[in-house]
Amino acid sequence: MKYQSQAIAKWYWFVAMALFAVQVLGGLLAGFIYVQPNFLSELMPFNIVRMLHSNALIVWLLLGFFGAAYYIIPEESEREIHSPTIAYLQLILLVAGTLGAVLTYIFDFFPGHWLLGKQGREFLEQPLWVKLGIIVAALMFLYNVSITVLAGRKTAITNVLLLGLWGIAVFFLFALYNPNNLALDKVYWWWVVHLWVEGVWELVMASVLAFIMLKLTGVDREVIEKWLYVIVATSLFTGVLGTGHHYYWIGAPAYWTWIGSIFSSLEVIPFFGMVVFTFMMVWKGRRNHPNRAALLWSLGCSVLAFFGAGVWGFLHTLHSINYYTHGTQVTAAHGHLAFFGAYVALNIAIMTYAFPQIFKANPYNQVLNMASFWVMSSAMAFMTFVLTFAGAVQTHLQRVLGMNYMEVQEQLSLFYWMRFGSGVVLIIGVLMWLYAMLGPRREVEIAPESVYSPAE
Amino acid sequence: MSEMLTKSAARNIFYGGSAFFFAIFVGLVAHTHGYILSTSTDAKGLTDSVARGKHVWEKHACINCHTLIGEGAYYAPEVGNVMIRYGADTDPKGAAEALKAWMKAQPSGIPGRRQMPQFNLSEKELDDLAAFLEWTSRIKTNNWPPNKAG
Repeated sequence: MKYQSQAIAKWYWFVAMALFAVQVLGGLLAGFIYVQPNFLSELMPFNIVRMLHSNALIVWLLLGFFGAAYYIIPEESEREIHSPTIAYLQLILLVAGTLGAVLTYIFDFFPGHWLLGKQGREFLEQPLWVKLGIIVAALMFLYNVSITVLAGRKTAITNVLLLGLWGIAVFFLFALYNPNNLALDKVYWWWVVHLWVEGVWELVMASVLAFIMLKLTGVDREVIEKWLYVIVATSLFTGVLGTGHHYYWIGAPAYWTWIGSIFSSLEVIPFFGMVVFTFMMVWKGRRNHPNRAALLWSLGCSVLAFFGAGVWGFLHTLHSINYYTHGTQVTAAHGHLAFFGAYVALNIAIMTYAFPQIFKANPYNQVLNMASFWVMSSAMAFMTFVLTFAGAVQTHLQRVLGMNYMEVQEQLSLFYWMRFGSGVVLIIGVLMWLYAMLGPRREVEIAPESVYSPAE
Repeated sequence: MSEMLTKSAARNIFYGGSAFFFAIFVGLVAHTHGYILSTSTDAKGLTDSVARGKHVWEKHACINCHTLIGEGAYYAPEVGNVMIRYGADTDPKGAAEALKAWMKAQPSGIPGRRQMPQFNLSEKELDDLAAFLEWTSRIKTNNWPPNKAG
């Protein structure tokens, strides 16, 4: 770490880690309710648990991105963050909003209130005052980092990262638009949801991976940045019109079945590009960086994102297939591996890389950290497989044979038990990782060359 | 990567191409917006009751158990066509009554069966919810879902 203000990232990441724990515990609870449906059914019904699970995920990933930006931008721009005070105020605002949302979900103090009540569209359940707070926090953030970038050295990494972060803020504005016409509601709801995770979030992902590759492999910046532009070009060329795969059945014109099928099939290209990119850079790299755990998570990120987002996305994206699989456990399988591979692993990779730098220490607890990668990834892969099987069975029984939903669900209980089991293993992996990051620093590796040497 | 492509060329392709595809997307969505209002939904039949019913649906976060036209959680049945399952295409009043009776009877309390909470909706809220779900069941969805089971 060369700049004092990079340490801002640490606080964002601490909060992110806490919410990560909340997210996986919420997931475990939801998985348990699947197999023991009477559990908590009056006190905290499934819908509340699921909101906590999905919202905690989204917020901790975003906090992770903010932290990554505060860490990366000073180093790339070669100057301190414009105002650390604004950065800390932004974090306080986000934490207050998060607590407000959690309390609103659990206790529902103001049911249906226009400003204070939860809003109840999937993933956008936050009360309006929290949404407005998020927008204020985003403006503070964008002002702060944009000023820093404009005043400093401009690199492809900061260009793409900033574009991604601006895109996140701009598309979030559609969360405020909720027309009474359900079909219109859905069209623009996807402008937040799809254009985030299959659009601008990919810009953040590619630029953070590029930064890590630059630091870990020592490959020339010119080479890495050219790769970065090519990858993000394929992301947006395919991902924007790929939104069409959500427009098949919601009342939009039938031409989306073709546009969506073609462009969203191509969405696998940027993910494949990231696999080739990360492996090529490591292969070509001259540097033998001591932070092997960060390298493992980076390579794991691109590979698992390729399978989760790319392959599992393609599995059910063609409209003739999606007609039968839409809204089944196949979607749940894809969602879990895609988020884990693309965004959870990415955040873990940058934190694993940056923590020793922030603590001015050599990489520590690497064996435990790497073990946690294999535990988490195996658990998530297994969860994805069992949900895929559950989804295939559900598709056949319900969509082809026309069996009643609840009868079909009873047929799937074995899969749900196995999913719960994989959730337990996943949590063990998460705890291992948290301990490796935050616990006592053992097995410290002495760097074969300076960890702090720049990679230009 | 090939020496043919310089970094600035790659950058220009990224910015230019992204703007191009986004412009096409915006144009198509504008057309889709008009198509939804004119053709695929009953925009004229979107009464105050339907709008209030949508709010009832959102207020209780129903989407976090059910799916609505395939989107939502996968813990409880699809409700985009629930009024069809209740026979709204032939007997709309009977279907609304069936839905209301169902809502009032929750939770079932049966051990080992998924439980739907009791939301204590008023008669008016129940009527609005039924109106919203009935309106939704008439959206032209390219014939999704494949069958009544949803």
